[in-house]
Amino acid sequence: MSSLETAPNIAGPDDFYAELLAAHEGLSKAESDALNARLVLLLANHVGDREVLCAALAAARAATPPPR
Amino acid sequence: MNKVFERALYPYRRSADQDAAAPVRHPVIVVGAGPVGLAAAIDLAQRDVPVVVLDDNDKVSFGSRAICFAKRTLEILDRLGCGDAAVETGVTWNLGKVFFGERRVFEFNLLPEDGHKRPAFINLQQYYLEQFMVERAHELTAAGKPLELRGRNRVTQVTPCGDHVALDIETPEGSYALEADWLVACDGAGSPIRAMMGLDFVGKVFEDNFLIADVKMQADFPAERWFWFDPPFNRGQSALLHKQPDDVWRIDLQLGWDIDREREKQPERVIPRIREMLGADVEFELDWVSIYTFQCRRMDRFRHGRVIFAGDAAHQVSPFGARGANSGVQDTDNLCWKLAAVLNGSAPARLIDSYDAERVQAADENILNSTRSTEFITPKSEISRIFRDAVLDLAEAHPFARPLVNSGRLSMPCAHDPSPLSGPDAPGMPARTRPGAPAVDAPLGNGWLMDALDGGFQLLGIDADIPQDVAHDGVAVSTLRLSTADNPALRERYLGEAESAGYLLRPDQHVAARWHNHDAQAVGAAIDRALGK
Ligand SMILES: Cc1cc2nc3c(=O)[nH]c(=O)nc-3n(C[C@H](O)[C@H](O)[C@H](O)COP(=O)(O)OP(=O)(O)OC[C@H]3O[C@@H](n4cnc5c(N)ncnc54)[C@H](O)[C@@H]3O)c2cc1C
Repeated sequence: MSSLETAPNIAGPDDFYAELLAAHEGLSKAESDALNARLVLLLANHVGDREVLCAALAAARAATPPPR
Repeated sequence: MNKVFERALYPYRRSADQDAAAPVRHPVIVVGAGPVGLAAAIDLAQRDVPVVVLDDNDKVSFGSRAICFAKRTLEILDRLGCGDAAVETGVTWNLGKVFFGERRVFEFNLLPEDGHKRPAFINLQQYYLEQFMVERAHELTAAGKPLELRGRNRVTQVTPCGDHVALDIETPEGSYALEADWLVACDGAGSPIRAMMGLDFVGKVFEDNFLIADVKMQADFPAERWFWFDPPFNRGQSALLHKQPDDVWRIDLQLGWDIDREREKQPERVIPRIREMLGADVEFELDWVSIYTFQCRRMDRFRHGRVIFAGDAAHQVSPFGARGANSGVQDTDNLCWKLAAVLNGSAPARLIDSYDAERVQAADENILNSTRSTEFITPKSEISRIFRDAVLDLAEAHPFARPLVNSGRLSMPCAHDPSPLSGPDAPGMPARTRPGAPAVDAPLGNGWLMDALDGGFQLLGIDADIPQDVAHDGVAVSTLRLSTADNPALRERYLGEAESAGYLLRPDQHVAARWHNHDAQAVGAAIDRALGK
């Protein structure tokens, strides 16, 4: 059974983070939202495994901060 | 305008029942001669169950309404003797194109698998289907089958009385009363019978309006399904173009929620919209226009004592995915053999409860599919729209996104699992023909497996030694011996990894149970189970 990788798994985390932000540069809020959605879909398809996807959805949802 | 709307196909005629001293009792009364009531009547009559159909009208459905009929429905229509008429008149199509804004983002082919008698879908106006069914009903009556179609007989009162149902009926010559052992209510989405019995019909209304138009034109658009998200001619909304017989095209235009429905229906509003869609140089004529809002809902239970609900009376779905008439005809396919078995004493009345279990399952499946399509077509929230548009923006370049595009998932038959009627399964055999699923067609010599099924219980032996026609507890079971050497498609569809197989089919062509080898005792037990014993 495959599970969601939550231990560090990206080589060069600072570089990746900078690339993520660079991809959004110059975009309006709406364009950025759309880019994020496309990114989620591309990555989800790459993962493919529904169990892993479910675990990722749950983990993302669980990290919702309490209303401030 | 097609003249078939205006013709009385089953005009009012006085029945002897109207002059009887006491209400006459019939084994089955069907209320409603829409596609669902007609399918029920034909099926019952073919099984020699006397049936009276009452309809407050005497004509076919006004306007096209349903246009897409799926393979499983065509197979049922074949069994009912109207499949050829439907397929010969209908338009067969396989190709769908999806547009987003100005761009064509992809096309799909329904790629029907080889080796089936019927195509995945045909397009046919509902009035044609009803006309063919009325003609078939008349043909059965003429051949001495116990079917009576009574036009302009409006049911005004239904009273459940334990072991039967009492009805009051209004005709052009006054009212009369009847009784039925079983009443099948196929009286449509507004079901007066449901209302008379005070039964709930809860669900979800989609806050949206759709302009549905049938347009006649001699244009060289191909026989394909074109679906637009956010097209330039209908900004922020969707649109659909689909071909029907007689150079008639179905156009659906989403209009949104806050509109003036009466105004939007006027030709001076409709014609410019359609002109924008088709292009200024296309000549067309409006055949029929209507505005619909759609809902997904079902009754809690489809059986209420001796009253059984089927079709739109029992469940309603949005038309994306063409599930209304298709699933209603499948309801009757499930119900009629059971009613026949109960009426001829070979099954207990509780067999009818399995109709409820199986068709509620099917209705839920249809509602789920159609709700999901509606959510994709009409996103309900900002984030839903963001993801929807993201899918469409990716679909052009990235094949992975195409299966996520949902402009209607086309109607597939329900595999009833679990079903109270299903017997054992055997390992290593194909999932598509598991117990509960409808039989899958395959070529048999120069013909078809589906055409070899006879409407009763049937035993298929595939590379297996099975006896010639057997009977179990008074139930006749015909047998069909088949070999994969002669009919290779059977291996993939029925054997899988097994060397041989015995399949017990129900009268509605669904698989009841299957084994690797024939075992008379196991078959007997499976028949008992399939009859609700
Ligand atoms: C725009 C549109 C597009 C659609 N497209 C599709 C599609 O592509 N594929 C698909 O499968 N479905 C489609 N549908 C749905 C389909 O039209 C319905 O599901 C289908 O007509 C239901 O059939 P029915 O026999 O249950 O009810 P109906 O066709 O509504 O028939 C009910 C009958 O009962 C009679 N009746 C009512 N009350 C009484 C009474 N008191 N006494 C006697 N008789 C009575 C009526 O006169 C009527 O004849 C579409 C619907 C719409 C509106």
